[in-house]
Amino acid sequence: MANEKKPNRVGVFICHCGTNIAGVIPVEKVVEYAKTLPNVVHAENYTYMCSTPGQEKIRNAIKEQNLEAVVVAACSPRLHEPTFRKASAAGGLNPFVFEMANIREQSTWIHMNEPERATEKAKDIIRMSVARASMLEPLESKSIPVEKAVMVIGAGVAGIQAALETADSGITTYLVERDPSIGGNMSRLDKTFPTLDCSQCILTPKMVDVERHPNIKLMTYSEVEKVDGYIGNFTVTVKRKPRGVIVSGDNECNGCGDCAAVCPVTKGNEFDLGLGPRKAIYVPFPQAVPLKYTIDFDSCIKCDLCVKKCGDKKSINLEDKGELVEVKVGTIIVATGFDLYEIEKKEEWGYGVYDNVITGLQFERLIGASGPTGGKVIRPSDGQKPHNIAFVLCAGSRDQDANPYCSRVCCMYSLKHAHQIMEKVPGTVPYIFYMDIRAFGKAYEEFYYRIQDEGAKFIRGRVAYIEENPANKNLIVHAEDTLLGTPISLDAELVVLASAIVPKAETEPLRNKLTISRSPDKFLLEAHPKLNPFSTSTDGIFLAGCCQGPKDIPDTVAQAAGAAAAAQIPINQGKVSLEPIAAKVNDDLCSGCGVCGSLCPYKAITLNEIGEGHRRADVNDAMCKGCGTCGAACPSKAITMQHFKSDQIRAQIAALFTPVGGV
Amino acid sequence: MADEFEPKILGILCNWCTYAGADLAGTSRIQYPPNVRVIRVMCTGRIDPAFVLEAFSLGADAVLISGCHIGDCHYIAGNFKARRRIALTRKVLESYGFDPRRLKMTFVSASEGALWAEVVKDMVKTVKKLGPTPVQKKTNLVAAGHAAVSADDDLAEIAKASAGKKLEAAPVQKN
Repeated sequence: MANEKKPNRVGVFICHCGTNIAGVIPVEKVVEYAKTLPNVVHAENYTYMCSTPGQEKIRNAIKEQNLEAVVVAACSPRLHEPTFRKASAAGGLNPFVFEMANIREQSTWIHMNEPERATEKAKDIIRMSVARASMLEPLESKSIPVEKAVMVIGAGVAGIQAALETADSGITTYLVERDPSIGGNMSRLDKTFPTLDCSQCILTPKMVDVERHPNIKLMTYSEVEKVDGYIGNFTVTVKRKPRGVIVSGDNECNGCGDCAAVCPVTKGNEFDLGLGPRKAIYVPFPQAVPLKYTIDFDSCIKCDLCVKKCGDKKSINLEDKGELVEVKVGTIIVATGFDLYEIEKKEEWGYGVYDNVITGLQFERLIGASGPTGGKVIRPSDGQKPHNIAFVLCAGSRDQDANPYCSRVCCMYSLKHAHQIMEKVPGTVPYIFYMDIRAFGKAYEEFYYRIQDEGAKFIRGRVAYIEENPANKNLIVHAEDTLLGTPISLDAELVVLASAIVPKAETEPLRNKLTISRSPDKFLLEAHPKLNPFSTSTDGIFLAGCCQGPKDIPDTVAQAAGAAAAAQIPINQGKVSLEPIAAKVNDDLCSGCGVCGSLCPYKAITLNEIGEGHRRADVNDAMCKGCGTCGAACPSKAITMQHFKSDQIRAQIAALFTPVGGV
Repeated sequence: MADEFEPKILGILCNWCTYAGADLAGTSRIQYPPNVRVIRVMCTGRIDPAFVLEAFSLGADAVLISGCHIGDCHYIAGNFKARRRIALTRKVLESYGFDPRRLKMTFVSASEGALWAEVVKDMVKTVKKLGPTPVQKKTNLVAAGHAAVSADDDLAEIAKASAGKKLEAAPVQKN
């Protein structure tokens, strides 16, 4: 065949990875084996191939041995392929004529106790990689310009922080929030541990900054409908939900509130977790940003009273149908936050059944000065002040039947609640039922001691079940005091469940739109748990805050700032290089059947008429992401998947089952 | 070689989910049988059933395909297409008298290292029960230096070697 090329001259470099590889398999013997493989002209080993001297060995060997392809047998290509591609390129090779043989994650680490079989497997892996490397072809990366804008999805404290950082750097930032106001869960809190800063006092200024920032385009009461494109060139379709109130331009709502005063419909306010009322036309809380009213069309009866009251201002439009807005951005930061675990699933604690069992977040609304009770902690059943309160920690956290992980904030906020209630209503006794107190942050342990000294009672044990005394609606909390080794029962006037943090339900459909992964706990998966906790496996999409895992406010803000910095890099560089792993059509072989076009998930393949009744498939390079679905289906084998060509994959298969070489 | 039959299994994994999951199994030092050799592709959608048939014709005891969970594909829907193709390929294998359990497709995400180890253990157990591939002899011939035969001939050989009941019904084309 005309396109058959001479196999590459391959050099094999085997890494000891300290003892990670060399401690299990005899590296020197494997080097000798590699030398016997077809097309291998050079093989050597080194303690750490990724180190400076290791990379130098690769560079030198390429020049001295006139290598045409490089195989590094070491760790996973997902870890160090970029490193070694650069090293080969520094030696003068095309970076794509490089292959990694993953003998660490795929052999020595998983077969530590079977060194002989691990060695056999490593040899097989290297043989397969050499077979592939000898067939690899040079490819050229292409650079594409980057849209100078960022989208931040979710405007809690994480999204606010990230948006302010990118906007301050001069980048247009679209901040999308599904609720009528920004602020997220932090705006529901009264005080923050351990410093007891008032949550509103530190968050509200940031919210105002967001509204006034010239580079931030705020899109509240909006949701991401569709995400197309790739790093540098995302096209996001945002659905502005029908709000019924004009928020910008002529006839803009001035937030006077006259409309709500005349609205006849009253509903539970979601912001107050149902503890307080709101009208069908409402702002969720007084400090809302933007301070514009919203009509809840599910409960609005279209009586027109608000429209009449608004009068000449003409800010209300009951016929609002919402709209779809298309936004082009270079990178995306996901900051969708958390929900509370549905603690009513733990039936033994009676949430949703007994009036006086509430969640920690509801307690925040009760004790918060801007809350429905103006900061008075009262029992939902009778409006009386409770004289003692039981706090149940790990409610749905560290629980194999609910969520196995620690929610990381419940210990601290329950300690804070204990402090607040003792401060506000002297004489009230908080009883804290805990498994362990996890006070891991800066000044957290000190705060724990302070609350002990202030007189909170600590009972080490998980609450087994809670009963209600029907006469006075008091609650009898049954637990085992594991320090005393005895079962105890406590008569509590109010029970606060420190409900676990779970990923926001709406994150899941968004995740599918963004094609990013999640971990088993259903939080979004970071690119690397330690070294890259704010990137995802999809280039150009970053994570901030509790959507990635439970976090307190300092960690959330830190991660948001990190994500913002990372999201700016491609924008500041102005261009990104795309991997040239794309499909290519051989016009001579293509019969124009169109199978490929119907399979392509990105609509990157079009069929062009080249003559009467003759069509040829054509791949748009910028749209092709290189999955290879078309190539696997082409009946004429006219589609080549670059870097994953059929003969390259078949060479690997053949090498596996037809052992050659050996010593 | 050990006395016990140790199957040789080809794994073809997608880069984004199962390959990453297998890496995680490695990082977590989860120990599992060393019978699977892995080829990494960007998406299971890339897997041409011809690769699978070729592996069997060359003597694979089993082929394990694994990608993202349905709905989680990095390329939107490549795993759907792979699932369809593999289901059909199993039918083809069956019609050649092969036990379809020798070809399996699983869905393992990037965070499911432990699951990947279980998948491999399970597959190895199944294949050990099934015994060596019926085309074992032929592999040895190839290994001994005989020229590789084209895939169509190989499949005819597979059918012959399997000599199962289903052979009569097998739609093997001779040309």
